[in-house]
Amino acid sequence: MNSFWGLTLATLVKDIRLEWRSKDALNSMLFFSLLVVVIFVFSFDPLAEESRHIVGGLVWVAFLFAAVVALNQTWARELRNQVLDAYRVSPAPANALFLAKSLGNFVFVSILEALMTPLFIIFYNLHVLGPAWQLIPVALLGTWALVVNGTFFAAMSLRTRNREIMLPLLLFPISIPAVLGMVAGTTAILTGENSAHFYIVLLLTYDVVFTTACLALFGTILHAE
Amino acid sequence: MNAVKFLFAAYIATWVIHCFYIGTLVTRFRRLRQQLKELGKGK
Amino acid sequence: MKRLFPILSIITAVLLAYALRQALVVAPTDALQGDVYRIIYYHVPSAWTAFLLFSINFVASIQYLARAKAEKLVKWIVIAIGVAGVIATFLPPVQQQIPAGMRPSAVATTFLMIPAFYLLIGWLFRGEKLDILAVTSAEVGVVFCTIVLVTGPIWARPVWGIWWAPGDIRLTLTLVLWLIYVSYLVLRRFSNSAQTQILAAALAVFGALDVPLVYLSIWFFRTQHPQPVIGGGGSMDPRMWHTLLISWLAFLCFGFLICWSRFRLETLHREVEHAHAMESLIGAEASAKASMPLSRSAK
Repeated sequence: MNSFWGLTLATLVKDIRLEWRSKDALNSMLFFSLLVVVIFVFSFDPLAEESRHIVGGLVWVAFLFAAVVALNQTWARELRNQVLDAYRVSPAPANALFLAKSLGNFVFVSILEALMTPLFIIFYNLHVLGPAWQLIPVALLGTWALVVNGTFFAAMSLRTRNREIMLPLLLFPISIPAVLGMVAGTTAILTGENSAHFYIVLLLTYDVVFTTACLALFGTILHAE
Repeated sequence: MNAVKFLFAAYIATWVIHCFYIGTLVTRFRRLRQQLKELGKGK
Repeated sequence: MKRLFPILSIITAVLLAYALRQALVVAPTDALQGDVYRIIYYHVPSAWTAFLLFSINFVASIQYLARAKAEKLVKWIVIAIGVAGVIATFLPPVQQQIPAGMRPSAVATTFLMIPAFYLLIGWLFRGEKLDILAVTSAEVGVVFCTIVLVTGPIWARPVWGIWWAPGDIRLTLTLVLWLIYVSYLVLRRFSNSAQTQILAAALAVFGALDVPLVYLSIWFFRTQHPQPVIGGGGSMDPRMWHTLLISWLAFLCFGFLICWSRFRLETLHREVEHAHAMESLIGAEASAKASMPLSRSAK
């Protein structure tokens, strides 16, 4: 058990360090996120009376696309250096690799979100009418929901012919309840019209169910040959 | 009376979809039998 | 076996014609909706068939995933679920949860069907055949699901005035299932043969886990948002119910025939692929001598 967490941490630190060194990927992702926000600002009138009702949806759609682009990147590096084959051959538990990858992606996507959020606030003159602190569990649980399944499906997509398009094709249908939870929860908090409580519980349930499923099946996926 | 048009549209759509799928099955069967013949001849 | 297919085809055609007559002529006209409601005799049986096929896919996928390491374990877990369910339905606190119309024995029987269904599929289809069953049920399931999604809005438009109601749980759930299984089929098409089966099976498991969550999320969503007033509800005229069941029987037979064809197609396809592979390994002459077991019954 000790070595499991040790291995997870080591892999995670390695990924973060690699990502930090090759800042190209990070920078282009940041710029991409900014562009997405700007496109939305031009497409959906920020001054409209109902903007507060739709911003929840806009924000999470923007995060979703940014996450997909980020997820496609992170496994690509492993593939380039045949690190994946090394993992398969080593006696290290597959779960440790999965957890490390997921946590790394989580950090990466969270950074993107943290940068996009102020932009949305500025452009849409957002002013939270409900309990603002609830946005934190919604953001954390929602991001994990996207990232945990995204990492799993990204690993699956590695073996397919159209790798980049395969990830969103697999991820989006499965993520529908989570997306509904994130968007409805965020809208509830922003507008203050109803409670986000149910949605937070929904997201928590979703996260528990799918984290368990991913951990249970990742080994099978990794060694499928 | 207008509403009955929808009824017929639904029934027709159902059979169009079924026929389309069966059509793809027939095409695939035909192609496979062709490949079998070629294999049988030993190319 | 070979003669069974044409015989069944004729029986199915007769059943479908009979069901159509029942649906259009014999069944009484609905008081509220008029004749448009008769779409139900195509819409609902297609939905039930699609869900049955997706359940078969789910069971086949689990069994395929479990077959290497955890076969016995999963079998016992499924049996335990069935037994626990049956026992639970006879305990007072659970009995209070059962909705008014249902008898506890009906619920208990349903629970008993779960391991029975699982074990039956495991017994009839072994090894590779499980995967062929999975592909077959997924593909034919998508066909029936498409019909549900097409006939649904066609029915909704004259009755509710709108094509799609965002809070309509059943139709939205059907849409999500359709999306999941289309992505399943896309995955199958775009991945390489060795890993395809396992990856697809894992995706099917994820899809099945997703379904109750989709249901929950939409259910809550609709309590927060105004829904179109959908008239109806209340019990069905027994003649309508009778027609509905006949329709379902007819479509089940039809679906069975399509699945059988698809199953044979897939089996043949894999043999041809195998033969191609052998040919490139051994050489054309040698492989022509090697026997191809089912090619003669390919018709």
